[in-house]
Amino acid sequence: MTAPLLQMRGIGKSFPGVRALSDVSLELFPGEVLVLVGENGAGKSTLMKILAGAIPADQGEISIDGTPVHFHSPQDAQRRGVGMIYQEFTLVPQLFAPANIALGAEPAAGPFIDAAAVRERAKRTLDELGVDIPLDVPVAQLSVGQQQLVEIAKVLARNARIIVMDEPTAALSEREIERLFTIIGRLRSSGAGIIYISHRMEELSRIADRIMVLRDGRVVEARAAADFSSDEIVRAMVGRRLEAHFPELPPVPRDAKLRLEVHDLVRAPAINGVSFGVHAGEIVALAGLVGAGRTEIVRAVAGADRPERGDVRVDGRALRSASIGAAIAAGVAFITEDRKAQGLVLGMSVRENVTLAHLGDFVDRDLLIDVARERSATTRMIDELHIRTPSTEQLARNLSGGTQQKVVLAKWLLGQAGVFLFDEPTRGIDVGAKAEIYKIMVELAARGGAIVMVSSDLPEALGMAHRVLVVRGGRIAAEFSRAEATPDRVIAVATGAAA
Amino acid sequence: MNQPDRRREWLRIAGAAAVVIVLIALVDAATHGSFLQPSNIVRVLRQITYNCVLGVGQTFVIITGGIDLSVGSLVALTGVVAALFANALHLGGFPLIAATLVVAVAVGALAGWINALPVVKLNLPPFITTLAMLEMALGASFILAHGRPVALRTTDFQNTGIGSFLGGVTRALHLPSIPVPVIWMVVVIVAASVLLTRTRFGRYVFAIGGNEEAARLAGINVGRVKTLVYVISGACAAIVGFLYMALFSSGSPQTGTGDELLESIAAVVVGGTSLTGGRGSIVGTFFGALLIGVLYNAMNLLNVDSYLQKVLLGAVILLAVVLDELRKRYLAR
Repeated sequence: MTAPLLQMRGIGKSFPGVRALSDVSLELFPGEVLVLVGENGAGKSTLMKILAGAIPADQGEISIDGTPVHFHSPQDAQRRGVGMIYQEFTLVPQLFAPANIALGAEPAAGPFIDAAAVRERAKRTLDELGVDIPLDVPVAQLSVGQQQLVEIAKVLARNARIIVMDEPTAALSEREIERLFTIIGRLRSSGAGIIYISHRMEELSRIADRIMVLRDGRVVEARAAADFSSDEIVRAMVGRRLEAHFPELPPVPRDAKLRLEVHDLVRAPAINGVSFGVHAGEIVALAGLVGAGRTEIVRAVAGADRPERGDVRVDGRALRSASIGAAIAAGVAFITEDRKAQGLVLGMSVRENVTLAHLGDFVDRDLLIDVARERSATTRMIDELHIRTPSTEQLARNLSGGTQQKVVLAKWLLGQAGVFLFDEPTRGIDVGAKAEIYKIMVELAARGGAIVMVSSDLPEALGMAHRVLVVRGGRIAAEFSRAEATPDRVIAVATGAAA
Repeated sequence: MNQPDRRREWLRIAGAAAVVIVLIALVDAATHGSFLQPSNIVRVLRQITYNCVLGVGQTFVIITGGIDLSVGSLVALTGVVAALFANALHLGGFPLIAATLVVAVAVGALAGWINALPVVKLNLPPFITTLAMLEMALGASFILAHGRPVALRTTDFQNTGIGSFLGGVTRALHLPSIPVPVIWMVVVIVAASVLLTRTRFGRYVFAIGGNEEAARLAGINVGRVKTLVYVISGACAAIVGFLYMALFSSGSPQTGTGDELLESIAAVVVGGTSLTGGRGSIVGTFFGALLIGVLYNAMNLLNVDSYLQKVLLGAVILLAVVLDELRKRYLAR
């Protein structure tokens, strides 16, 4: 057996009031993919931040190639060959890919940056990865998948041999995921060690050599992937037996009325004539690749972007204007994809976030906000949705991802909405919180709500919807009933392999 | 707020109060008791009134993540316009005062609306648009005033500018008289504080500063709220312009164009309002202005050289924001 590339022994870390990690040990061998799983708050990010030199450990030691190391800063860790690829990218959007790859370590020609060498190095690194991406445009113009490749090239250009990837497939299309897995395979055969954090069960068996499960800051299991079934993994993660992954969908009543009608929606270049309807009690999934126009469609329906043409009717009535205000007034709730950027004001409390879209209902004599009423409404929502927060006054920033998503939901459930647009409702949240959000969606449908769900997680789209609409090139390329929708069919249409 | 948070908040306030009390005691001892004379305290309040009112308006703008550089020039412009208007009007007493105030505030509010227009419609940075307004308003006030102060023809404004509030009562109680401008400051602070903390508009101001996109997607009319904060800032500048005019019995194009802008922004920042938006308070701004005012006053009583005063003031502003940042980091751990 070869010597381990990385050893972390007895790592412990406490934050005020929380024991984040206790006695965590980890070994990573050259050419190995170690998958780290665990619910949000299990300690994965803390452990990786310690490895990256971003925060110090309270106890324990780290050695690389058998030599003990002490990281005082991320630069220390980088010098020792640790490369992190975070979920939120660390690229400078205006710079081109070569400049991003060289950032902080630019080859110099005298006092100046050697632009040719910068470009040369970027090209060489990307060639090694076997990928081809445009080098002469700002990275902001690249797709999410391409930006991630730039991130990977960036750590490789710094000679990283221990590469940490945090939920790398969360924002990728099926095709981009395939490419990423190919690249991971290549990195592995070059002798690098990879620590891969993921919530997606179906990925694990494909790429993991070993799987390590963290729960409440401790290692509960670490085994070769081959002898670890996904049921066992989930059980180890949550520490309790989960019922079936997706809740049962009650059938749509045959006489259900159309609550949402979208007719010939156009907003070039992303939306090119989209029509569909959703009945009361129905969940419709918009499936497709990233960039197919799914998010753009729900944004236009929600009034967040103005369409060039087409109309949206809610309960038979056309929206009075293409604005968010009009959509909310008509009963449309838009639960956005990115809770941090669009869903929440992180510096505000749970209460202030929950009431933000319906503050008018909490105002006395048209003037002053009645905080007591806000508080009781928020408390009701906390109980109803099982929001794990110490109080209504906790800042949204201090909550875990799954809890934040529930706060966003609470914001929209507070009103009298009948049409719910969910954009990637469970991205980046743990298995337990996912199940709860599915339950809430089913309940909304059971109460007569019409639900549109954009999801890149194919099992989710198939498991949670009465109907699946496959979007490609800003059009609805196919429609499948729940019985007809199989992964192969949907992927075939989404990728253009079938019409 | 849950219990530990509340206790920590009280500890913080108690700690800050202890430091302030010790400092005050030291200064008072060094000045042989003249620092804590009631008349001196009233003097400090009168001195901070103008920058505090400017700071109150600025607080709204800064919480949305913006900045208003035009307030100093707007003090000059509204003071000149108010003086010209008062001289042209055949009114007296209260109707004259009220009409003049309304005109001054209307001019300030209009300027604020113009400040906001390119910010809201074209998403231009407020630093630039209000800088442009700074120049335009300054130039306009010189043109209107023909380059020199416009003297008031009436003495009707004397009480507003230098009079005292309930003078009979305070005299009977052997207390120092409370200047009318200080009452103005108190009214502005209370009204602004209620507006910011208790109304929908105030909540939206914080939401926009905290996350503009989330606020927009929650159905908030972001453009309207942003426009209003610049209008409020312009109106506050107009109140200051009006009070200065009353104080000096003239509207001068040079009033307000000195240290006012930067010291009012300093009051806001020292008062704990975040320049990146989303966080802040009116009461904090008052205490920020008070700290700066007390500092000047103490340095004057201690005969500190006036150039050195500037150096020390800058150092204290830096120290205050550094301490605030360290406190935040400590709490965030």
